[in-house]
Amino acid sequence: MKIRFQRKYLCIPYFLFLILFIILPILFIIYYAFTDGNGNFTWDALIDFFTNTNKLNVLLMSLMFSMLNTIVCLLIGYPIAYILSNSKLNKNATIVMLFVMPMWINFVLRTWATRDVLNWIGLGGGDYPYLATMIGLVYNYLPFVILPLYNVMLKLDRQQIEAALDLGCNRIQVFTKSIIPQSIPGVVSAAMMVFMPTMSSYVISDVLSEGKVVLFGNSIYLSFSNNQWNIGSFISLFMLLLVGISMLISRNFTEKDDKKESSRW
Amino acid sequence: MVKKILAKSYVYLILLLMYVPIIVLIIFSFTNSDNVGTWNGFTLELYPRLFKNEAIMKAVGNTIIIAVISAIVSTVLGTLGAIGTFYAKKRTRAVIENITQIPVVNSEIVIALSLTFMFVFFGTYIFRTEIFSFWTILIGHVVLSVPFVYLNVKPKLTQMDPSLYEAAINLGCSPRQALNKVIFPQIKPGIISGFMLAITLSLDDFIVTAFTSGPGLLSGAGKIETISTFIQSVIKKKVVPNELRALATLIFICVVVATILTTIYQKYQRPEYKMKYKSSDMVIKRNFRILVISTVCLLVTIALVAIILGMF
Repeated sequence: MKIRFQRKYLCIPYFLFLILFIILPILFIIYYAFTDGNGNFTWDALIDFFTNTNKLNVLLMSLMFSMLNTIVCLLIGYPIAYILSNSKLNKNATIVMLFVMPMWINFVLRTWATRDVLNWIGLGGGDYPYLATMIGLVYNYLPFVILPLYNVMLKLDRQQIEAALDLGCNRIQVFTKSIIPQSIPGVVSAAMMVFMPTMSSYVISDVLSEGKVVLFGNSIYLSFSNNQWNIGSFISLFMLLLVGISMLISRNFTEKDDKKESSRW
Repeated sequence: MVKKILAKSYVYLILLLMYVPIIVLIIFSFTNSDNVGTWNGFTLELYPRLFKNEAIMKAVGNTIIIAVISAIVSTVLGTLGAIGTFYAKKRTRAVIENITQIPVVNSEIVIALSLTFMFVFFGTYIFRTEIFSFWTILIGHVVLSVPFVYLNVKPKLTQMDPSLYEAAINLGCSPRQALNKVIFPQIKPGIISGFMLAITLSLDDFIVTAFTSGPGLLSGAGKIETISTFIQSVIKKKVVPNELRALATLIFICVVVATILTTIYQKYQRPEYKMKYKSSDMVIKRNFRILVISTVCLLVTIALVAIILGMF
């Protein structure tokens, strides 16, 4: 019997690929996270993770760096997005493009360049590991903040702002009562683009702090190269859980936006 | 007025800071000192040395091969997947879309680690041999980029007029012909942007390559090194060859050219330009002319700068 060609059959290879290389590996991680070397079920990795001061330090450090990086990026990027969205359109689109362009250069190369410059001006990772890592993180993630914020700011309701001015708000009140509430979806998606990737970043903290700053990414890498599969798996699972939670939180903010626009990018 | 100047200068200051590292590398690619910060007089010797440095050239070659092949694979897989899913039952569609989201939000290192564990498991229990090679890297890169191809193609399918396909069938096309002649041309912009995104993701990747790499390609019996893993390993060993500064300069030039070209391309994709140059042939001709002119201009400028600098 000849099977008739149907359009929906086209998704079969894609579906198989997803099952084999996305779902199955996650199952492997879950399996290794809760077993020991012989394949017996155990909570060891979980207990180790929450009692080992080393691991808790990594957790705290990652949270701190992520938070600080998100805040600094937003503080620098928010005014830029606001200024750029405000005046003549064509020229500013070019400037936004210029902000995004460094992202297209290989990021290990960029990190190495940052390291060389920091070493040159005496702020190298050898002496100032935290500062150097922070500078590297902000440098790397700033474009990810500017882009979503700029896109949201372009759609700001100018009439509402003018109305607020007419009705007697001063500049600060306009900013806090009209501009900030309107740009919240952009802030949330920008924070999403920075917070979780910072926690799991490996290259930036490794290269810029010369191994002194250990974030989640470095910790996973270390446990992999030390053959501690179970612990590495558990940390990865924990990361996956955090990503899931943060997705759920951000979905609340962006859902209204998604309904208006069908495309993500 | 003062406010405006302040705002402008703030934007330009941050923009300048964004480019400081790369500009410093470019400037110091014209001298042969070991570290950035010491100037040994002007020389162009790093550039010929770059092309003679076998390790770097192999890394560049590997990177390009992996990027192109993985982008082609994920474009084909993602596009077919998007079309198939679009016409599949509602429940199947929901399942596939949810799985597609996982690699988008998941961190790269978790993807890399989970894939590696699976490969090791397969290697020890099923294939009974080390399976890390070009193929494992390819799978890793396709996992990274295939969701983005899917997400770029999907909106084009939703925007498409569904009756066109049926019209083609009624007029005597086979389903396959209808697919080739009606659906593909309409979703082409989505496919192209998905392909470009897949290439950039692969070029930029470090973690997945570092985890899933094995012997093969230009590296022969050694582990496959891409630009990212090569730079990271020389930084670890604290012997960074200064030729890499020349490489950084060349990559920057490529990025600038690519950005200019995409800007031009997007400009001519806008409806008002399509109206102006009615047939698509004219747009292509015009684009081609601009492409040639801008490339020639760039090459001439680089040559001139090199000659002028060489005189001192």
